[in-house]
Amino acid sequence: MALPTYTFDAIIIGAGGAGMRAALALAESGSQVALVSKVFPTRSHTVSAQGGITCALGNVHPDDWRWHMYDTVKGSDYIGDQDSIEYMCEVGPQVVYELEHMGLPFSRLDDGRIYQRPFGGQSKDFGGDQAARTCAAADRTGHALLHTLYQRNLAEKTNVFSEWFAIDLVKAADGQGFAGVIALNIENGETAFLHARAIIFATGGAGRIYQSTTNALINTGDGIGMAIRAGLPVQDIEMWQFHPTGIAGAGVLVTEGCRGEGGYLINKNGERFMERYAPHAKDLASRDVVARAISLELRAGNGFDINGVSCVKLKLDHLGADLINSRLPGIRELSLTFAGVDPIREPIPVVPTCHYMMGGIPTNRFGQVINVDEHGKEYVVEGLYAVGECACVSVHGANRLGGNSLLDLVVFGRAAGLDVKEKIRDLPLKSVGEAELDAAMSRLNRWDNTREGESVSQIRFEMQKTMQEDFGVFRTGEHMQQGLDKLLQLQQRLNHAAFKDHSRVFNTTRIEALELDNLMATALATAHAAIYRTESRGAHSREDFPKRDDINWLTHTVYHGEGHRMTQRAVNMKPLHVKPFEPKERVY
Amino acid sequence: MSEAMRTVKFKIYRFNPEVDIKPTMQDYELTIPDKQDMMLLEAILRIKAMDDSLAFRRSCREGVCGSDGMNINGRNGLACVTLLSALKQPIELRPLPGLPVIRDLVVDMKIFFEQYAKVKPYLINDEPPPAKERLQSPAERKKLDGLYECILCACCSTSCPSFWWNPEKFIGPAGLLQAYRFIADSRDTAKVERLEALTDPFSVFRCRGVMNCVDVCPKGLNPTRAIGHIRSELLAEGN
Repeated sequence: MALPTYTFDAIIIGAGGAGMRAALALAESGSQVALVSKVFPTRSHTVSAQGGITCALGNVHPDDWRWHMYDTVKGSDYIGDQDSIEYMCEVGPQVVYELEHMGLPFSRLDDGRIYQRPFGGQSKDFGGDQAARTCAAADRTGHALLHTLYQRNLAEKTNVFSEWFAIDLVKAADGQGFAGVIALNIENGETAFLHARAIIFATGGAGRIYQSTTNALINTGDGIGMAIRAGLPVQDIEMWQFHPTGIAGAGVLVTEGCRGEGGYLINKNGERFMERYAPHAKDLASRDVVARAISLELRAGNGFDINGVSCVKLKLDHLGADLINSRLPGIRELSLTFAGVDPIREPIPVVPTCHYMMGGIPTNRFGQVINVDEHGKEYVVEGLYAVGECACVSVHGANRLGGNSLLDLVVFGRAAGLDVKEKIRDLPLKSVGEAELDAAMSRLNRWDNTREGESVSQIRFEMQKTMQEDFGVFRTGEHMQQGLDKLLQLQQRLNHAAFKDHSRVFNTTRIEALELDNLMATALATAHAAIYRTESRGAHSREDFPKRDDINWLTHTVYHGEGHRMTQRAVNMKPLHVKPFEPKERVY
Repeated sequence: MSEAMRTVKFKIYRFNPEVDIKPTMQDYELTIPDKQDMMLLEAILRIKAMDDSLAFRRSCREGVCGSDGMNINGRNGLACVTLLSALKQPIELRPLPGLPVIRDLVVDMKIFFEQYAKVKPYLINDEPPPAKERLQSPAERKKLDGLYECILCACCSTSCPSFWWNPEKFIGPAGLLQAYRFIADSRDTAKVERLEALTDPFSVFRCRGVMNCVDVCPKGLNPTRAIGHIRSELLAEGN
């Protein structure tokens, strides 16, 4: 066999917060672990998270993880799995203390405990007053978290395959699950088979399917693409969060923590319009609510015009220079750089911007990937895990709360690592044949053997434009169908696309081509799922079906790549330690 | 109505070890709307759309991931937070100096990361952790400001003459900034060992106070000051 093979007990694909937390959980097991990342670990997109990590430490006021759970279930518009949400909220404080013990430089309260700030959708006592539950390291919490996890992995001597790109899963010869992945060493362009008992996907989001996104250029849905090609389902993929405050024109994120610290949104009349849309929570309503409110303001002609871009503004100047410099220094820097505005003096121009993929590869609360057989029966794919944004565990349902993403990463990264650690000796190293390896290599071979064709960048541009126009904050069946038709044509064109440069050493064009396959798979799954769900729930807001429909759609949607088939899957309404939270009308 | 356009000129360092014996500077021209400014990274992405053989690293495009450090008109910086309008033409782009070039603007950062790892950039505390967080006063925490924000872009170390001459022995400004980040952390108990590991003539003492690091840091951090603090601590420890 010409393909070099490296064998491990476990491989983790992706070295953001989830992947690196999983690696740490495995580090003490004495297992051979490889952490595979297409970028050096601290370049992962977790680094861009700003506002914080939410859990009920109770450092600012008496708090209870059940209140956090209630908020998260409500925020999810009731299609988050309650057993997973319960687990996340209950174990959250312990996991955050662990991060503190690892050295994460949290901001502090006067008594020396971890600083917590208010964030959107947070309440005390099951829907009461605004809570302050988001633990922060100024407005650089993701950076602090990612670097701390990388540093701990250095201390534990984790085996990092830095700048290696995972191409596809390799099926086991007996057809039972997966034996490993094919990966490409970007530096020399060579491929290898990474053979392992357990595989953890931690590949992050796919915000680059949209034209305007807060996401890094590397967020290309690599795990989603690999899963779909391997015949695995994708769940709730129509649920894309539009963050209310991306810098107009640039798309760069401005944390919800700004509003948590007392900032608020204004329209061109200077009106604090959120008071009309969410009289109780105002600017700290859930993100889907605020993003829709802004879109309606812009549609009503109440936006500012900044170089032809219609936007609202985020007012912070009343908070004072001291607070901005101590709690929001990164925001000030980003605003100066990307909007040319000093928030100490002037409000920041912002628009709703694609931010987060609530859907993903379905898993249970241990991170084990769930598949469905031909009879619709669910089963666990032994040895395969997914954690973080690429997974749908599902704690975010139809709308994620701010500060719950970093929590999701570390809670479920850790949970998957611990589960693998426990099972690793019982998980077989599955054998593979030439046929399975060839199948996993076929995509790369297709690209490598095509010399003439349309360029990757042109197809990517048209895909992003289609997603932006037809699958944004507000959606209609008619436009989505037109969008889907365009995507299907683009997929056909992509099958014949080519790049010119076929050199091996650090060929980033070759990587971009492989990434576009993954983006397109994610975009197509999104389009099918969005058309399928004929209701409005959370981030999925349909003008032709404006109401939530609990009779038909209090359910996960499941996309199957083969034939673009859609099915439903029951939401878990059975938490282990508390009574379930029944669906209610969602008001803020 | 056609928009008024202008041409921006570039000279970009090209080297592909598979075909080139030595590097060359290649000219590029980019046509953009007259009134439009943009970040340098966006311009390079557009050049790559025309010439897909150009290689560079990029990720967050907002100055926090540290991928796109390069030498821009003779000065190290991040392409994603550098405005075209701030640059004299032709805009000359080269890889970060002093590190082996893998291809075009991509350098081999192995030695840079090894120097970072050498300072044990992780909290060391041998006491069993409490049930909750370790307490740290706001004043103690403030000592980490200006240190923990480093993004490991290597703009500083690769602008430092001492690092160019002794990349194996001199830790360099980025690594030393992180060395001090842990020395300064009230939760860390390994201060003595950390300082002891830095007493040789090279690790810290090769810093000649040139301050290029301070000049180029895209995050506005000050490694020279951190190095000064380490030296003071070394003196105080009697080394």
